Amino acid sequence: MKKTPLHKAHLEANAKMVNFGGWHMPVQYVGILEEHRNVRTKAGLFDVSHMGEIDIKGNRALELVQKLITNDASKLAVKQALYTPMCLPNGGIVDDLLVYRKGENHFLLVVNAANTDKDYQWIEEHAIDGVAIANISSEVAQLALQGPLAEQILQKISNKDLSQIKFFWFDYVKVDGEDCLVSRTGYTGEDGFEIYLAPDKARKVWYAILEAGKEEGVMPIGLGARDTLRFEARLPLYGNELSEEISPLEAGLEMFVKLDKDNFIGKEALEKQKAAGVKRKLVGLEMLDRGIPRTHYKVLKDGEEIGFVTSGSFSPTLEKNIGLALIKAEHARIGNKIEIQVRGRNLKAKIVKTPFYKREVK
Amino acid sequence: MFPKDFKYSREHEWVKIEGTKVRLGITHYAQDALGDVVFVELPEVGTEFAANDSIGVIESVKAVSDVYTPVSGKVVAINEALLDSPELVNEDPYGDGWIVEMEMSDTGELDNLMTAEEYQKFLKEEA
Repeated sequence: MKKTPLHKAHLEANAKMVNFGGWHMPVQYVGILEEHRNVRTKAGLFDVSHMGEIDIKGNRALELVQKLITNDASKLAVKQALYTPMCLPNGGIVDDLLVYRKGENHFLLVVNAANTDKDYQWIEEHAIDGVAIANISSEVAQLALQGPLAEQILQKISNKDLSQIKFFWFDYVKVDGEDCLVSRTGYTGEDGFEIYLAPDKARKVWYAILEAGKEEGVMPIGLGARDTLRFEARLPLYGNELSEEISPLEAGLEMFVKLDKDNFIGKEALEKQKAAGVKRKLVGLEMLDRGIPRTHYKVLKDGEEIGFVTSGSFSPTLEKNIGLALIKAEHARIGNKIEIQVRGRNLKAKIVKTPFYKREVK
Repeated sequence: MFPKDFKYSREHEWVKIEGTKVRLGITHYAQDALGDVVFVELPEVGTEFAANDSIGVIESVKAVSDVYTPVSGKVVAINEALLDSPELVNEDPYGDGWIVEMEMSDTGELDNLMTAEEYQKFLKEEA
């Protein structure tokens, strides 16, 4: 199994380790519920060094990026980032990623760990002259500091005013004296930062952040709480809400699909799908009967199968059993009563608005 | 961690024997492996089960796990406190986190179970 530069730190902290897409990663340190609540109320530090980074540079870099993604990177200023799906010609999703504009002709793509090799190959297949493409994943470590106290904590050991980094912007900051790319982004529904740095500095900065945030109650957070946090905020997970068989329009990512943009891979298929209306929609659901919806459980309406659960869990913040499901569009109405098949029994649920959790913005 | 007067199964359940009845729960090791328990599904009182049947389900944030009875018999009591407070399974697995009580149909089946000492050894071998 692959190890991040922080592997030893996780073992030292007695984390429960699991195999996550070929990586030996911490699923929890003290407990998923406690870690989840700590991020919602204070702050939490994540090792997300398993994420992939692909560097695209050259005088036609923008042209290549625009062809690959559904969102519009031409509108990005230098030091700005965006979220986007990357599609197949049929509109299915290859991956969802962040695009950082490091220069007029220089982009950094941050992709899902399990998809890194697939994505790199996909991008290489569409390479054009005048662009250099490099998979730099092994040269980049990534930490995420998330939660309402994230800025206050990170500011103590940063050499720049972090309040100047707005949502989905980034800057080059010395954190604990080490060179980092710091963006105000994240995967928890909270304010916070993602911090990219050299692998050999990761351990030092990891402990520096934990030390700086001692007073505020920062703690390391495993992948278990990362999943429940992103799920409450309705942030999609590739492999659950997104796949090569699901289009971004079905997954509710329409605002990241710019059909008015020049040609991009999947545009024609997505235009057709939009004109005809999507046949399936991703919805939120809340259980009315006792039971927890889980990934792949069947969704029914009056006994007829209408879709499946993509993610489901007890929600630590709402203290309810909730789920996301991809169902036939005609049933996707808020308040509609549906059933979830749990161990052979059809349990009542209703469709509810998402996100399940939204932080209060100051 | 291993009450001396209990008996243990290879599926990480414990039983406390009171005449022809047993009280049943999951071990400290099992609750720790599951993580935060957030949901418990219990059988109905009066249901009969054979040894090694699944009698209920325990769900943590991440995992769904069956609970098996190591003995045959009839359910005579369920721990209804778990319906509202599933975390009792984590907090007190050998006490308030008990799951059901069974009236045994064959007390001889208890001989198949491990003593505290044997279970401790079994855990070491599994690790």
